[in-house]
Amino acid sequence: MIHSLFLINHLGDIFLEKHWKSVISRSVCDYFFEAREKAVDPENVPPVLQTPHHYLISIYRGKLFFLSVIQTEVPPLFVIEFLHRVADTFQDYFGECSESVISDNLVIVYELLEEMLDNGFPLATESNVLKEMIRPPNILRSVVNTLTGGSNVGETLPQGQLSNIPWRRAGVKYANNEAYFDVTEEIDAIVDKSGTTVSAEIQGVIEACVKLSGMPDLTMSFMNPRLLDDVSFHPCVRFRRWESERVLSFIPPDGNFTLMTYHISSQNLVAIPVYVKQSINFFEAGSCGRLDITIGPKQTMGKTVEDLKVTIHMPKAVLNANLTATQGNYTYDCTTKMLVWDIGKLNPQKLPNLRGSLSMQTGVPNPEENPSLNIDLKIQQLAISGLKVSRLDMYGEKYKPFKGVKYVTKAGKFQVRT
Amino acid sequence: MTAMQKLLQLPVNAVNMVKTVQSQVQGQEEDKSPVLTPDSGQQAWYSALQPDELRHLRSGGTGGGGGGGGGGGDQEERAPLEEGGGSGGGSSFQTQPLRHDDLKEMLDSNKDSLKLEAMKRIVAMIARGKNASDLFPAVVKNVACKNIEVKKLVYVYLVRYAEEQQDLALLSISTFQRGLKDPNQLIRASALRVLSSIRVTIIVPIMMLAIKEAASDMSPYVRKTAAHAIPKLYSLDPEQKDQLIEVIEKLLADKTTLVAGSVVMAFEEVCPERIDLIHKNYRKLCNLLIDVEEWGQVVIINMLTRYARTQFLNPNINESLLEEGGSGDKTFYGSDEDEDEDEEEKEKKAEVAAMAKRKPYVMDPDHRLLLRNTKPLLQSRNAAVVMAVAQLYFHLAPKAEVGVIAKALVRLLRSHSEVQYVVLQNVATMSIKRRGMFEPYLKSFYIRSTDPTQIKVLKLEVLTNLANETNISTILREFQTYIKSMDKDFVAATIQAIGRCATNISEVRDTCLNGLVQLLSNRDELVVAESVVVIKKLLQMQPEKHSDIIKHMAKLTDNIQVPMARASILWLIGEYCEHVPKIAPDVLRKMAKSFTNEEDIVKLQIINLAAKLYLTNSKQTKLLTQYVLNLAKYDQNYDIRDRARFIRQLIVPTEKSGALSKYAKKLFLALKPAPVLESPFKDRDHFQLGSLSHLLNAKAGGYQELPDWPEAAPDPSVRNVEVPEWTKCSSREKRKEKKVEKPFYTDSEGESGPTESADSESDSATGSESSSGSEESGSGSESEESKEASESEEEEEEEEEEEKKKKKKDLKKPVQESESEQSSEEEERKHQRKSKPRKSESESESDEDEESESESSQSESEDSESEAEVKKKKKPAESKPPPKPVKKESKKEKKEMSLLDLDDFEPAPSPQVTPVNTFLSNSLVTDLEGLSLSDSVLSPATIAPSSTLKSYELLHRITGEGLSVEYCFSRQPFSPDANMVAVQMQFTNNASSDTKNLHIEDVKLQSGMRVKEFPEIELLPAGETATAVMGIDFCDSTQAANFQLCTHTRKFFVSIQPPVGELMRPVFLTENEFKKEQGQLMGMNEITEKLTLDVKCRNEHTIVQRVTTAANLSRVPCGSDKECSPPLPPPDHPVHRFAGRTVTSGSLVLVTVATKEEGAAQLTVNCEKMVIGTMLVKDILQALTQ
Repeated sequence: MIHSLFLINHLGDIFLEKHWKSVISRSVCDYFFEAREKAVDPENVPPVLQTPHHYLISIYRGKLFFLSVIQTEVPPLFVIEFLHRVADTFQDYFGECSESVISDNLVIVYELLEEMLDNGFPLATESNVLKEMIRPPNILRSVVNTLTGGSNVGETLPQGQLSNIPWRRAGVKYANNEAYFDVTEEIDAIVDKSGTTVSAEIQGVIEACVKLSGMPDLTMSFMNPRLLDDVSFHPCVRFRRWESERVLSFIPPDGNFTLMTYHISSQNLVAIPVYVKQSINFFEAGSCGRLDITIGPKQTMGKTVEDLKVTIHMPKAVLNANLTATQGNYTYDCTTKMLVWDIGKLNPQKLPNLRGSLSMQTGVPNPEENPSLNIDLKIQQLAISGLKVSRLDMYGEKYKPFKGVKYVTKAGKFQVRT
Repeated sequence: MTAMQKLLQLPVNAVNMVKTVQSQVQGQEEDKSPVLTPDSGQQAWYSALQPDELRHLRSGGTGGGGGGGGGGGDQEERAPLEEGGGSGGGSSFQTQPLRHDDLKEMLDSNKDSLKLEAMKRIVAMIARGKNASDLFPAVVKNVACKNIEVKKLVYVYLVRYAEEQQDLALLSISTFQRGLKDPNQLIRASALRVLSSIRVTIIVPIMMLAIKEAASDMSPYVRKTAAHAIPKLYSLDPEQKDQLIEVIEKLLADKTTLVAGSVVMAFEEVCPERIDLIHKNYRKLCNLLIDVEEWGQVVIINMLTRYARTQFLNPNINESLLEEGGSGDKTFYGSDEDEDEDEEEKEKKAEVAAMAKRKPYVMDPDHRLLLRNTKPLLQSRNAAVVMAVAQLYFHLAPKAEVGVIAKALVRLLRSHSEVQYVVLQNVATMSIKRRGMFEPYLKSFYIRSTDPTQIKVLKLEVLTNLANETNISTILREFQTYIKSMDKDFVAATIQAIGRCATNISEVRDTCLNGLVQLLSNRDELVVAESVVVIKKLLQMQPEKHSDIIKHMAKLTDNIQVPMARASILWLIGEYCEHVPKIAPDVLRKMAKSFTNEEDIVKLQIINLAAKLYLTNSKQTKLLTQYVLNLAKYDQNYDIRDRARFIRQLIVPTEKSGALSKYAKKLFLALKPAPVLESPFKDRDHFQLGSLSHLLNAKAGGYQELPDWPEAAPDPSVRNVEVPEWTKCSSREKRKEKKVEKPFYTDSEGESGPTESADSESDSATGSESSSGSEESGSGSESEESKEASESEEEEEEEEEEEKKKKKKDLKKPVQESESEQSSEEEERKHQRKSKPRKSESESESDEDEESESESSQSESEDSESEAEVKKKKKPAESKPPPKPVKKESKKEKKEMSLLDLDDFEPAPSPQVTPVNTFLSNSLVTDLEGLSLSDSVLSPATIAPSSTLKSYELLHRITGEGLSVEYCFSRQPFSPDANMVAVQMQFTNNASSDTKNLHIEDVKLQSGMRVKEFPEIELLPAGETATAVMGIDFCDSTQAANFQLCTHTRKFFVSIQPPVGELMRPVFLTENEFKKEQGQLMGMNEITEKLTLDVKCRNEHTIVQRVTTAANLSRVPCGSDKECSPPLPPPDHPVHRFAGRTVTSGSLVLVTVATKEEGAAQLTVNCEKMVIGTMLVKDILQALTQ
């Protein structure tokens, strides 16, 4: 399956290589570099490349390319998903997934990769199992280890690896038993010029931070589980309970994890929290343009819209922007042509407005397309779909845990066409 | 970094040179210094440098830089290369290479911490891709080190370099052999891992032995490692294949989930062709699947897809047969009667398969098992698993069931862009074959300006594939916004997409063409060029209609510079010069002028144009043509010179010119076929979806072809498993193998082992079907009745709670009545059964047979419910006998009452009972709706005994000249199209002569409405009656559907107008859900009416009956939703709630009847569609007060 892995930074340097079978020369990456050159954006590099003897499957994460070399037929998603899992693991271990952090922890990274794949086939990918085998770095431990000669590597097989719940460590103990759940919903929407919604979907995720001793068995139920159109679960969730009762029943992993994600598709009605009135015009004569944007609340369910931000990728011809914002401030980056208007809280009484003129390059024909507006926003304590957790019960342990649920609505890929 | 480090790098090479053992063996990355030779003076200098000094130098930074000058020359250049991958952070130890000597010294020390430090540095070097092979002897010594981390790092080193230094690697083997005997399973496993990874051919026999031993290790983890080792050994020495297959066979029989994935992986790599090894393990694999780790799931699912393709029949083989069975459900079931009897029937199965073309298709229960057990995995968080299930469904599931994967795939579109890329490729392929599947998700494929180009193009592809007459306007509107995008590649792709839509959907061809013509005035040349190319293709389809467009394009030659576009225009003008006789010569004149400055493709087209004009209009263009040809004669490009020469010979008649010139006109102006604009994804599905080969559209190495379905199914009994002694007990149900491990997902002690229950005696009677049947009877024995699940097993399986089941079974009785035709047959059968000695086998088989039919016919709702089995396990099979008498009883009961009192259905209000209602989510209900028999059982209010179905007259026998037609709304879902209302028509021929060719013609509908005609009735003999079902989409209006009913002699104008109550289908809501939905449908959407109930209509039963007769709604069980509030005692004045959705738009229809004193009541209808609401109020009011 996965033959080798190369980590490549944005400059095109290979800073780590790992082979699970015979060594493959790093010259195989040249094909990748070629493709990388061709694609203007790193995002546009085809994830799957064919070379005379190998196939290259890569992902782009955190300005790094994870490039795997494949020799025989394998489902491409298998590899892609695995590479993302590797990146997630690094993130989990070191707090971020960047070149410097990987280089600083080269040995741990190598040990991890060694454990995650055997002969190219995934062996242990659960973060909890890995953490028992290879302990994440921390300063105290490394000091102690240097003094005592202790090691960062577990000596016994993690129990999780053998049990049916590989995601949970055994013998977890906390002084304060707490379980927090963050319900985050992102609205993906396309709104057209006239303000009608072309498509709108909600992408929800329940992130959990569970710090409970022992082997708790949790059951989470919703006020309105029917809302959930399409769901995917962490492996810990008992699917049958969900199918039959629409409750989430699970033995949670220890620490942070994504309990479930759900999707409320465009077939349902999705509330759009803000409306945008905009006019962006470019004039042939005088080589200038005018911009006027107003944002107002639409369906906010009585909550305040915060962290409102509008990002516009201007056409190349726009040289500069001379605007006034009634609220917040704006920046225009002439090189990337990004106009960012950071508004902050949306005040329904006094709607924020940004207007002014754009200076254009002379002699260049006017862009015929108006740039679309990307909107960021956040609404606290609201799940825009109306999803509500009704209760969380714990079985299997005696103590009383502290439970908390937080709701947040954000704009996902929220785009207003102009 | 820099100078000092470069200096410090030098010893690497220096040391290499001294090494005698393996001075030749250098890694490919290792640069050899041409400067350094073994006996050069510099080398002495390096070795003289003591470690201490080195350390000093290191801390001293550039202090010693001068000394490094000796490295000089080439080193300067090389060093940065070696350090290229480094982070540049000089602080971390990895970036400060140590001399190998120092490392060796550290490795030789007896302090573990030093060893560890050294190993860490060495591993860091390996990670960077630097050569550390010369340290091999020093490292290999530490393989026996006690410190586990050192050991692990040594393993890492060994695996990397052992292949290069085989002799030395042998030194470590004895340690591994010892490790293989270690009591610690982790050590055993890792010893095996390394042993099998070091790729030294000499130790093949040792490896083989170790693998064999590990394959029967106690620890499943070690066995897993053994499975991993198999492909390693195979790649090292393919001659071991036979022995390895033995090990694989053994491990395949392993019952732990841990091993399953790995061994299937080994199977795929070593012997994918040995499909026979899977037979015995097939059911086990299916059942374990959900508990296998996600990576294993992917591999197993892919393998099982292939397996199923060799073992089962194509479920879509009888597509046509199924479809024409609009009325065919009956024949479908009926024809199976003969099949559900006995053992011998089982043996006939193969025959049946052979006769598949004539006989209805029966899905092998094992096939069903696979589909059922993979379905929950669509909810996996792992995109690869979802994709694997999706491809399995695409390749294996009956057409009607494939739809379930669309939702999950659409969900993946929110994932990382790489995942999107792969998923979209697959969706593109699927959407060609099964467009309907993705149509509801059209909007999810809309493109955002922030998407990467490759994603945009793929989405565009999908949108184009999904385009049809109904949605094309929306799609074209979307395309219009895309054309304005800044991303020009994407714009070009959009224009091509428009072209494809235009070719595929003739209705919009003109619109598209006009749109494209408008684009010709676009400022961007690329856009214009692409449009020209596409227009050219479109015009080729109907040139005569569009001479003005050609004229318009002719004008463009002045402006457009893109060669391809110019060439296209010229070709068009040449081809259709007869349509533009005036302009064509003028264009040629202009082109002749600019000939020398044109690109080659344009020149070629100019020559072509000249030739064609010469042939059609030689008077005007003779000189021009000669001029052009002369110019071409001296062109630099030989192709153009050749072409000119060739054309001159052909068209200009000379004495010498051959016979060909007579045919010149035919040659040049032959009618050219219009190009077909096809999706590049067409027919890509001959590759297994989700595979690398599919993505690349080329066979990748090691790709296993997806076999075609077999003509006849191979013997299914090969999958039967021998039953271990100890599990043998009196009943089949109990004869299940206990798994070593208890799967996580099955919460209770049971296990999802329906397959194990299928044993040698009961041949293919298997699967959860059969067991669910028995399970049911088990539970039934507790409650007062039982059925052996002649229908609706599927639902049964879903239930956990007994009460639910009880309820269900009650409900079933009416259903039997409702299937008027079937019930008689069914009863007969039942009697037969009863009279038969109740052999459990025969019984469960028959169940299973019926079941599989019903499954195969419609989309099936559930995946295997091991809960069900669990239950069954708990309930020993002794409980089987009782059903018999009970059933009689129930039958009697049934005869007495046409409709069972609903009070009976309500479970005793105990707290455990109540969550029952949440079980059936909406989606579940809709899933189930496909089951024509059982769906109506689902919720109480959907019971519509046939007696209460109101018939309407469509054609009176007088007007119909003997033919009379009645219709009724059967309230069955119309299977070919869920948005249609099924109308059952009954034709009676009262005339004395036969009526032939009964069919529908000339359907006149309001916009939006659709009709699915019933298949033509070829012959209706005198005095006979026939029924047929047609589907009408009334678009949620009560507008009549008008059409002509034709016989071979006459045509009758008839119309069907639906009562409003038939425009909906029941949905199952819990009370809470109902209230919530109701809360959202207030104000305008709510209509309330006070009424006094009819005297006869004051009890619950009649109210419910009347409402459900008036409208196709389902009753909402009241007071039973425990989610928030504890159940209340039933109030004195009950409130009845009913819920449904309109058939076309799916808007909720909620009806509440609140009774008060003295027969007073209040009727409330909440519906988004106000018209429907108003009409419904009227209808229900009438029903309740009459």
